[in-house]
Amino acid sequence: MNVIAFYIAGAIAVITTLLVIKSKNAAQALLYLAVSLISVAVIFYDLGAPFMAALEVIIYAGSIIVLFIFVVMMLNLGKHATEAEARLLRPGMWIGPTILAAILVGELAYMLARGNSTAPAASVIVPRQVGLALYGPYLLGVELSSILLMGALVGAYHLGWHKQPKPETQDVNREYTTSPGPGRSAVRTGSGRTPGAT
Amino acid sequence: MLFALGVAGLLVRRNLLFILMSIEIMLNAAGLAFITAGSRWAQADGQVMFIFILAMAAAEVSVGLALVLQLYHQNESLDADAASGMKG
Repeated sequence: MNVIAFYIAGAIAVITTLLVIKSKNAAQALLYLAVSLISVAVIFYDLGAPFMAALEVIIYAGSIIVLFIFVVMMLNLGKHATEAEARLLRPGMWIGPTILAAILVGELAYMLARGNSTAPAASVIVPRQVGLALYGPYLLGVELSSILLMGALVGAYHLGWHKQPKPETQDVNREYTTSPGPGRSAVRTGSGRTPGAT
Repeated sequence: MLFALGVAGLLVRRNLLFILMSIEIMLNAAGLAFITAGSRWAQADGQVMFIFILAMAAAEVSVGLALVLQLYHQNESLDADAASGMKG
């Protein structure tokens, strides 16, 4: 375990998390959040959990941040989208996360180069042990988390599916109850009443 | 420390996206604590718990972002206080 690398990565994690909280722009906050997650992954690698570091980068910094970015870009749609995008490309937006990520990359390269030459630390827990524990005493937890993921899939699909038809039905109902539409008056006239009778 | 920052972000910001990000930070801090404890006692249980936290975070963020989109389409704002008047 490399103590200096640990403290550098920890400092970067704390700094980027502070910047996530402080930043006004959602896209910039997401960039800093990605750097924070990657620095936590470096801490994992330093603590002797290389498989967890890979999972952190793939799942957190990969899929979850991409999900956030999708939502931010969907909510940004409109007139200001193009000028917001032009603002994103200015150097002030991405120079801070780039510098911090470059520090992390250098640190990781240093540790990789050093780890190949010297013997690995004694406290490294290989993925084999993790797999044996995961499918041994924690098998019930695996099944429960699979049920949780299934529920999340169904819930997210349900929430996204009702998004389109809901305003239409609301509008139709409102039109139907408040003001007599043309279709309704046609029915009224067809049944022998005048439209203004209601 | 990271967990405290996540709690601070949750309390300070009123934007729903930032609240979700703070929840992610807190889950990440909990996972970091698990990994550190597992490394300290050289057990694999900490990493198993981190895998569970990862699965839970993925599930939570997908449902949370779907709810954020839904609230945005109803309220036209991402303010958390705008959703305080919702009725079933």
